[in-house]
Amino acid sequence: MLIENPEVRDAAASGLIETDVVIIGAGPVGLFAVFELGLLDIRSHVVDILDKVGGQCAELYPEKPIYDIPGLPVVTGQQLTDQLMEQIKPFSPTFHLGERIDVLVREGDRFRLVTDAGNAFLTKVVVIAAGGGSFTPKRPPLEGIEAFEGTSVFYSVRRMDDFRDRDILVVGGGDSALDWTLNLQPIARSMTLLHRRDDFRAAPHSVEQMRRLVADGNMRLAIGQVTALEGENGELRQVKIKTKDGEEELKIDRVLPFFGLTMKLGPIADWGLNLEENLIPVDTEKFETSEPRIFAIGDINWYPGKLKLILSGFHEAALMAQRAHAYIYPDKKLLFQYTTSSSSLQKKLGVK
Amino acid sequence: MAKITFIQPDGSTQVVEAKAGITVMEAAKMNDVPGIEAECGGACACATCHVYVDPQWKAATGAPAEMEEDMLDFAFDVREESRLCCQIKVTDALDGLVVRVPAKQF
Repeated sequence: MLIENPEVRDAAASGLIETDVVIIGAGPVGLFAVFELGLLDIRSHVVDILDKVGGQCAELYPEKPIYDIPGLPVVTGQQLTDQLMEQIKPFSPTFHLGERIDVLVREGDRFRLVTDAGNAFLTKVVVIAAGGGSFTPKRPPLEGIEAFEGTSVFYSVRRMDDFRDRDILVVGGGDSALDWTLNLQPIARSMTLLHRRDDFRAAPHSVEQMRRLVADGNMRLAIGQVTALEGENGELRQVKIKTKDGEEELKIDRVLPFFGLTMKLGPIADWGLNLEENLIPVDTEKFETSEPRIFAIGDINWYPGKLKLILSGFHEAALMAQRAHAYIYPDKKLLFQYTTSSSSLQKKLGVK
Repeated sequence: MAKITFIQPDGSTQVVEAKAGITVMEAAKMNDVPGIEAECGGACACATCHVYVDPQWKAATGAPAEMEEDMLDFAFDVREESRLCCQIKVTDALDGLVVRVPAKQF
């Protein structure tokens, strides 16, 4: 059962969007759901934790080829994303990127959804197309790291002031690591960048800038890995690192590890839905969850015979839309039509 | 066919048979070798199939390509002999290969 929670309602008083459907996840299946719903006159709001659309296709394998999309012998993750965006353009969805739905509560026959940025939706239907869950920063498997998170160890920088006059250790070799090294160095008491090799994925000009700071004695570059964090009550005192010269102790009170993203189910687990091994069981007629009006499509759902293929998610989106229509327009009869021949569908698509 | 030995952090071993042409990651997944997660399914996009190749087999398995090196930045406790085993193709020449599974895949 989903709980009604008035506190949540009050907390989310800023900017309320009333809508027919909120799609959680802007991966290929979430994007195609916009299309199928759009054909049935249902306009979508789409929320995704990433700062871009495409989900895993865009984040994990933008340049890798996919060979099993019907009609496209080979397409890369990014191309597929771009094509889907082109295909759904006529339905002008609203994207809310870089936000995660943290709260979902039922309010009568609608749902209130609140994002981590405090935006709220009041919607008739929810479509969970969250794939492998939300992308979250990888936590280095260092003993006791949890105790320092949010006080001394941060995976992103929300307020630069938290880092002012601190002894900062940035770990990693990509753009995030280099950008924050350069941005925080001027306000830090000391800045150390630690990377496992003397070779960086980050943009060459940032690497060059970093090397200049090192050469001028304004920061340190260490090649190696973190082995232990030491401190009390969430306050970091020192960090042990291993370099080719052996173990070393650094006086550090802020660590920013950048080891990429991993997928975690996240808040979906708290929404009162039936879950089986982190997947959401659905029926195979409507792809509805244990809660009426909440659907789950794509990699996140489970039913007998489920295959985690993009093409299966597309099919699921089409069937979901039929049932969503009945909820959103209970008095309208739905006439099954083909885009090839239906002038009303073609009008919606803007091709007529 | 090649026999591949996976050694767990606790020292236990598992020998699996792998057909030439598949990857060491696929051989591990087919035989339910613990500790090989392969979250991305073999796209060299996640670094959760990290292994340490036995030093004796380092030459036979070769060095990681640039893309794999980049992805190894996302693995934990990376060493000289670190590889992402989705990027090691099984050949008959790898019969007897020994790899160690790290304590954690992140």
